[in-house]
Amino acid sequence: MRTAFINELMVQARENLNVFLVVGDLGFSVVEPFAEAFPDRYLNAGVAEQNMTSVAAGLASEGYHVFTYSIANFPTLRCFEQIRNDICYHNLPVTVVAVGGGVAYGNLGYSHHAVQDIAALRTLPNMTVFSPADPDEATGCVRLALMRGRPSYLRLGKAGETKLHAPHKLTPEPLLVRAGTAAFAFAVTGSILKPVLAAAQILAAHGIETAVYSCPVLSDDTRESFKKLWRHQKIISVEEHGFAGGFGSFLKEICPANVEIQIRAIPQINAALVGSQEYLREQAGLDARSLSQTALDFFKQ
Amino acid sequence: MFAVNINTRQFAREIRAQTVQMVHRVNASHVGGGLSMADLLAVLYGEILKVNASEPQFSERDRFVLSKGHTCAALYATLALKGFFPVEELQQFGQDGSRLMTHISHKVPGVEFSTGSLGHGLGFACGKALAAKRQNKNWRVFTMLSDGELDEGSNWEAILFAPHHRLDNLVAIVDYNEIQSLGAVKEVLDLHPLGEKFRAFNWAVREIDGHDHAMISTALKALPFEPGKPSCLIAHTVKGKGVDYMENQLLWHYRTPSAEQVKSALEQLGCKP
Repeated sequence: MRTAFINELMVQARENLNVFLVVGDLGFSVVEPFAEAFPDRYLNAGVAEQNMTSVAAGLASEGYHVFTYSIANFPTLRCFEQIRNDICYHNLPVTVVAVGGGVAYGNLGYSHHAVQDIAALRTLPNMTVFSPADPDEATGCVRLALMRGRPSYLRLGKAGETKLHAPHKLTPEPLLVRAGTAAFAFAVTGSILKPVLAAAQILAAHGIETAVYSCPVLSDDTRESFKKLWRHQKIISVEEHGFAGGFGSFLKEICPANVEIQIRAIPQINAALVGSQEYLREQAGLDARSLSQTALDFFKQ
Repeated sequence: MFAVNINTRQFAREIRAQTVQMVHRVNASHVGGGLSMADLLAVLYGEILKVNASEPQFSERDRFVLSKGHTCAALYATLALKGFFPVEELQQFGQDGSRLMTHISHKVPGVEFSTGSLGHGLGFACGKALAAKRQNKNWRVFTMLSDGELDEGSNWEAILFAPHHRLDNLVAIVDYNEIQSLGAVKEVLDLHPLGEKFRAFNWAVREIDGHDHAMISTALKALPFEPGKPSCLIAHTVKGKGVDYMENQLLWHYRTPSAEQVKSALEQLGCKP
């Protein structure tokens, strides 16, 4: 996904002379082509995320659309107040990019588990959270972030994610990735879409065709875009993130009273666990088998 | 309207008089830190900064970032006296619905950046200075820091950053009045020797009496202090300067002057209400 990001950023930077990339001394074997092609619009700010973010705001106040880039919680929680005050309050065009959303860096331990980021960032004024599921969505998010020209947060997976659905034009609307005849649906944000699609396959084997939506754009001003979800009266929301304040909470805040939402996310107690992304997903019940079982139980009610 | 020479001493007295009255009207704090930087503001806006009150956003202006946003009354007074907005509007300082909130607001003409949480201004100023370098612009970026806010680690990230990127279009002015929120800087978290610290980080440093207009003017007309390096002007100041009962008193970090005290302050400053 990070490759899709940097490739699209380079495409955009060739056309748009205001695209600027600031990295927090991370991005080895990812950011080098950009640095080489656009040395005047590239900066390594060092391992100093607070300053990186304030510098980005300063650059943005002089006409650039700045992308700050680091991994896990470093460009988000470490410098949350700089994002809040310097970028969001001033409504400046800065896109904060984090590689390793969720537990993509699972083995590296809790410091590297980004499981509060959506909750924190989406509370900020003027902010759009982009949480793509696959490389194509990541590409679309970069385009949309530039088009909107406002504060945003791009939560990427890591590397090697496969394409999960057909070509599409990204808008703030949920994307129907798999059609279904059942009255219920999965709504998903981020790369956890992959096991959800596998869960939908399992359900199909039981004769249940479940719709699956990918929701890569979360923003206070795009709530209307979620209308198409509300034809389903039961929804399971899935995110690789904590329960509190994340994608599921967002849906619960905006859904009509007749829609029931069950949130599948990572329990806080799992903070004690370390392991691969796959292992941590399983432990949180975010693997295909657990998700399909959850769906069966929920929909039988 | 660029860098007009005016009587900066009179300008400073008026800034102080307005500041004291503004803080009094709304029972606000931080009068002491406003008065300590009043002379610096008077010289900056009277002689140094290339700004235009009738076109606050003109692209070639010098950028001034008040990082110690809690002392904004003095900057609002400066901008109003300079013609950025009517002086009468100062009466609305801190009132419900006013744009003159009691920490600096970028919604006020002439203000570049809202601060209030300490340790944000210098990094933002670095970003602006870097933008000027990358775009080959000649305008400069000035930022005013308090001594207490240098406790914030984010400042030291920026202090490391600016010389590395040779931002000699950046000036950090430290209003070194040696008193912070709960006590003397020396007792809370000692900064001494501050000049040596900046020098060790590869800044060009000058130290002056921050109330001596000739010294302030001479220093700020000699920018950059060294080509290729950011400039740091450590201005040794007195908290509450210009009003005898406030000078060097911790109390006046927070205390609001009473009507009687305002009267006394205005008499001392030789200004009318």
